[in-house]
Amino acid sequence: MVESKHKWKAWLYLSPAIILLLVFTVWPIINTVRMAFLENYNSMGAVGGKIYAFGIGNFKQVLDYKLFLNCLGNTMLLTVLTVPLSTILALLIAVCLNAIKPLQRILQTIFFLPYVTNSIAIGMVFAAMFNMVGSAFGGENEIVVTAGIINNVIEFFGGEAVNWINAGSTYAANITVMVVYIVWNALPFKILILLGGLQSINKQYYDAARVDGTRRSRVFTKITVPLLSPMLAYVVITGFIGGFKEYSSIVGIFGEHMGPAGDAKRLNTMVGFIYDSLSTQQGRASAAALILFGIIFVVTMINLYVSKKKTHY
Amino acid sequence: MSDNKTMHAKDLQKVSSKQTAGKILSKFWVYLFLIVMALIVLFPFYWMLISSVKSIDEYRLSVPTLFPKEILWSNYVEAFNQANLGRLFLNTLYVGLVSTLLSLVITVLSAFAFARLEFKGKNALFAALLATMMIPGELFTITNYATVNSLGWMDSYTVLIVPFLVSVFYIYLLRQNFLQIPNELYLAAKVDGTSDLKYLWKVMIPLALPTLISITILKMMGAWNSYVWPRLVANDEKYQLITNGLRNAFTDSTGDVNIPVQMAAVAIVSLPLFLVFIFLRKYIMKGVSRSGIKG
Repeated sequence: MVESKHKWKAWLYLSPAIILLLVFTVWPIINTVRMAFLENYNSMGAVGGKIYAFGIGNFKQVLDYKLFLNCLGNTMLLTVLTVPLSTILALLIAVCLNAIKPLQRILQTIFFLPYVTNSIAIGMVFAAMFNMVGSAFGGENEIVVTAGIINNVIEFFGGEAVNWINAGSTYAANITVMVVYIVWNALPFKILILLGGLQSINKQYYDAARVDGTRRSRVFTKITVPLLSPMLAYVVITGFIGGFKEYSSIVGIFGEHMGPAGDAKRLNTMVGFIYDSLSTQQGRASAAALILFGIIFVVTMINLYVSKKKTHY
Repeated sequence: MSDNKTMHAKDLQKVSSKQTAGKILSKFWVYLFLIVMALIVLFPFYWMLISSVKSIDEYRLSVPTLFPKEILWSNYVEAFNQANLGRLFLNTLYVGLVSTLLSLVITVLSAFAFARLEFKGKNALFAALLATMMIPGELFTITNYATVNSLGWMDSYTVLIVPFLVSVFYIYLLRQNFLQIPNELYLAAKVDGTSDLKYLWKVMIPLALPTLISITILKMMGAWNSYVWPRLVANDEKYQLITNGLRNAFTDSTGDVNIPVQMAAVAIVSLPLFLVFIFLRKYIMKGVSRSGIKG
């Protein structure tokens, strides 16, 4: 490395980045912690010259708040359901893709397609697929005209139509729709990473196993999974982080109300809670954001700890 | 000795023919599984496209048609007008281009400083930058909302561009790329009296072009898909971005939504992304596999 005579030059090059980071990254970190520990803080009052006492009241308030607990529950439930499901499905698809030659490229492209979509826009497509037009649960004059393509398929196989997302739908039905959409959305990235990992596994391991006549299932559990474990760990960790930040996929399907008509906010998440209180109750929003950060931090650490023990490098 | 050898070869043949039979069968299941999954993945796109050209009456048939009886292109015109897509397109394009350009300049300069120059506290600063990547963006949003409000930036292009110009991740990505370029080139340039900026422009940028293209695409896709921040700070129609405008255009109307028109709007918004994907697939997949972030 060159010992530059003009050290100020480095700082000159870095200055735009540093100035912007100071304003939009460093200051927010400090300020969020500050606001979270000032009881009942809101910026309107602060401008008016109100002095706030230091304390952990915001955290207590947030954790006592039924709405927040509801958001926390929704977020946890969606994460716990979607991360394992999408990871297993992605692993299966990636292993299968890796085992074939013809059609591999085109299939790979198809499986990546959901990634290059707008999660709000395609959410609206999913909503239409699950939507009952003129639902019987709406106004009195309305009759079901179409039950939505998903219900049509269910009825085709002899099942009964379900009210998925309209007024009067059950919580379980709503969550099912969200899980389907989130998994669909999460697959491309996971497949991409896992397939990349599979392709970098040395073929000699498989040749050796074949010479020994090892069973396929054993090859999978003893060679593929261990050698893929760093990628699996990566996919699971990013999956958890994404899961705890779930928000726009729900807006895509249910709109800003974050719930079926007549039961707004039923599916609200932690991020949604933060945005709801962001312009009026900054203290509460900051406390919630720090709690979110804490959860993500702890879950990531647990994941790293587990994967360090289990991961085969 | 030779006998033994043929025996061995025969055994191997037996084993391998048994394996081939099993292989063909299992290949069949592999293909079946993949094709079924691919159809499931593709179905929403198919449904979007065929619904977008159906008449509303046909859409509401209790037994849906899998292919439209008559193709109604007028849905697209209606969607374009109803959601004011022209204006939204231009806004998004403008914000995307300006923020990508400025962001590239900042990223290149910072990555160059971290990769090639020596200064006190370099490693500590770089580590501090990387540490901020762990913090969820929502934590910044609360304060940034107040900041842009007090700066008087609400409802402007500035508010959509400036707060997200610096991406630590892109700096990291480009720095790694710059580090791979042999230092000897830099030394030679120094001996020749080439200035840093000229060296950067003539040598490093061309060599790191694939990474820069990846960053450009991801940044543009980010502008196209961003929803939360634009919704918070720029709801004025003059500055609204496409995703926000799309969601608003079809939530405001109470009662019956004309779903075919809505699907046409969704198709219009999705199309540019698909075109970019088809032509620049390699860069996108490379960028994504290294970043793991959407946009």
